[in-house]
Amino acid sequence: MQFITSFILLVPFWFLMSGKFDMFHVVLGIISITIVSLWFGNMLIQSPKKSFPARLGEIFNFIPYLFWLLIEIVKSNIHVIKISLSPNIESCINPQFVTFKTSLKKDFSKFILANSITLTPGTVTVRISDSEFLIHALTDEVASGLPGDMESKVAKVFNERISK
Amino acid sequence: MTLIAIILIILGLFFFFGTSIGILRLPDFYSRAHAAGKADTLSTILIILGCALYYLDYSHYDLASFNVAFKLFVIIAFVFIGSPTATHAIMDAASSAGVEHWSKDKDKS
Repeated sequence: MQFITSFILLVPFWFLMSGKFDMFHVVLGIISITIVSLWFGNMLIQSPKKSFPARLGEIFNFIPYLFWLLIEIVKSNIHVIKISLSPNIESCINPQFVTFKTSLKKDFSKFILANSITLTPGTVTVRISDSEFLIHALTDEVASGLPGDMESKVAKVFNERISK
Repeated sequence: MTLIAIILIILGLFFFFGTSIGILRLPDFYSRAHAAGKADTLSTILIILGCALYYLDYSHYDLASFNVAFKLFVIIAFVFIGSPTATHAIMDAASSAGVEHWSKDKDKS
């Protein structure tokens, strides 16, 4: 099952990447797709029990989240540039470590949350141990705004319940 | 179209410039990693977007050029995932090695 799913996913990807449809490239593609999906199919499809509509729903929930993240990235870049070009740099930053507990369960949603925190203005995830996040914040105002509404956004994408 | 591509690339270069200044001016290891890990993402996205637009225009929007543009977008996706992960790995290594972070009150060199 995992083999077939990853095979079906990888065939259009090969044709998109190669852009050639002659015999040599097609046969080469089929051989490499077979090898890859035999070896790594169980990595690509982590939970084979999950139904197809649930998977599709996750993808559809993920797209608006991605756009929100893109806007946050632009904001965070402008924030960093503003700090590094300000004339008196030591007065406008106050670096500190912040910890908070998350109630997300799955590893993958924790990973997405950590990456999103790194991409948003002024904060970088340093370490995750079980459910504790250690975060380095650049200024006071971003340190007080953690974790914000990001956790509930991630929970909504992956259909998880969070308790406050 | 070429003009838009040029503007995008110049904006990307400006962000790279700001990043470099940030790396040089910020006081300690952690805040420098902030500058290095963040502004990279946007400037790479802008420059690659500019390159893709320029190439599409240069080859008059034929099918093969869309293939090239798609490959460039795949690079953007990898930077999107890879840049925060790398920053995170460096910061984690520093914090387990016991690097102290700079703060206003202490005046140590």
